[in-house]
Amino acid sequence: MLEVRDVSKSFSGFKAVNRASLEVNKGEIVAVIGPNGAGKTTLFNLVTGILKPDEGRVIFKGDEITGLPVHKTCKKGITRSFQVVNIFSRMTVFENVRISVLSQQGRTGTWFTPSRDLVNDETAEILERVGLIGKKSSVCGALSHGDQKVLEIAIALAGKPELLILDEPTAGMSPEETSRCIDLIKHLSEKLGLTILFCEHDMEIVFGIANRIMVMVRGATLIQGSRDEVRSNQAVQDAYLGENEACST
Amino acid sequence: MGGKRSIIILLGVAILFAFLPFGLPRFYTYLTALIVVTGLLSTSLNFALGFGGIFQFHHAVFYGAGAYGAAVMIAKLNYNPWLAFIAGPLVAAALSLIIGIICIRLSKLYFGMLQISLGSLVWVIVYRWYSFTGGDDGIHGISVPSIISSSKGAYYFTMVTAGLAMFFMYRILHSPFGSTLQGIRDNVLRSQAIGVSVRRHQLAAIVIAGFFAGVAGVLFVVVDNSVFPDMMFWTLSLEITIMALLGGWFTFLGPMLGAAMVVLLRTFVSAYTEYWTLALGILLMLVILFLPEGVLGKVFEIWNRRGLTEDRG
Repeated sequence: MLEVRDVSKSFSGFKAVNRASLEVNKGEIVAVIGPNGAGKTTLFNLVTGILKPDEGRVIFKGDEITGLPVHKTCKKGITRSFQVVNIFSRMTVFENVRISVLSQQGRTGTWFTPSRDLVNDETAEILERVGLIGKKSSVCGALSHGDQKVLEIAIALAGKPELLILDEPTAGMSPEETSRCIDLIKHLSEKLGLTILFCEHDMEIVFGIANRIMVMVRGATLIQGSRDEVRSNQAVQDAYLGENEACST
Repeated sequence: MGGKRSIIILLGVAILFAFLPFGLPRFYTYLTALIVVTGLLSTSLNFALGFGGIFQFHHAVFYGAGAYGAAVMIAKLNYNPWLAFIAGPLVAAALSLIIGIICIRLSKLYFGMLQISLGSLVWVIVYRWYSFTGGDDGIHGISVPSIISSSKGAYYFTMVTAGLAMFFMYRILHSPFGSTLQGIRDNVLRSQAIGVSVRRHQLAAIVIAGFFAGVAGVLFVVVDNSVFPDMMFWTLSLEITIMALLGGWFTFLGPMLGAAMVVLLRTFVSAYTEYWTLALGILLMLVILFLPEGVLGKVFEIWNRRGLTEDRG
């Protein structure tokens, strides 16, 4: 479904992503792991069109989407959540998701019907699914960090994606919030058949839910393979896993 | 419930304004109309600035374009005044489209600076082109249709038209387009990531704001029967920005309130001292220090805390 071929991106001489490649098949959950600064977020930005790659190609469902601006990759069926919470903080939870639903339906140009009369059912259904329906009227700047991260996923979900990209979905969450978030991701994959690409620091989560794992080190792809392939790979252990386990005790 | 209350308030205000000319001397009728025209102008600015997060630094140009568009058509080209009144806002919208297309590629402050430059260019043309625009004298004694040429007629026409314009802007801001615009203001990246073409929406907002500034310009012609280059000088742009800030730039009626404050201040304080702007400066400082979201913003904040409204809209 998604194919990233040898993409690179430099920032004033620093190669943040260096010939990275990635493959995601329909229905899979793929994790990207790597130490801080390995270029995971930059890679996601290259896929979604927030950044333009210096070289390499991004192919989605057989179409070249390299360098396509972000609002167009969204229309193609890729939506995402952000690592640092990125929501409409002056609006309520409900309004946040409604905007995304309206945009997905191509109705942001509707200029006379009040928003509050539109897409209420669709919006409620999404909030129900992610478990935020009870907080729908809260101004979302006032939500807990964990709820804001879930709202991120809800906004992305409202775009009816085929590929959902989650940038560290559980970062900063409490253990309970984390386990609810993992259940949600599994639910989205199993019940909605969504293809999910995510990155995460918590190895327990990664090996718990990902079908395949891509390991990134210093901007380059070290390996992409099944859980067992990655776990048993000597280079991965040297570069990353050992070091991480030592840190995360 | 909330809807019913606001309808009652609206009706009350409408009745009050309808009977105003019968109870007040003519000067106050004129002053009220002037406040509403200025308030409409400031509201149209706030449409782009407060709700769109667009740095519309030289909005007065579109006010002037609407006023001059109508005035020139009536006084120099001898068109039917009604036709000229319709053309005025369209001229303003066209000008904001042209200036908008040029500026929209720049972000924030750079957008604002370029808009000031281009707007000043338009001002210079109007200021110098004596044969067509009357130059620095402007155009005076513009004849309007007899039904609205009396002070009462002009007053009612202004009130009804401004009321309609306010209604339309309110509806637009609460439509999906308006929600999207406010989304862009709050978070450009998030808006793009849900598939919104930011520039297209911002450009549309600029044109809509320009159109309603043009409506305000036409209404000024109706109220004052004259136009002059100061209407599109950059100091007026600054003044209407101050009005929006004073009243509350995240609220819909804030700019109208701010306009009332500034116009009243100018009218009554300047009778005592030519340094009336000193009073304005002190007022503005107090508002910025103690009410950063403006007077109406503060009112809504207290109101919401008491839980009297369900909808912040």
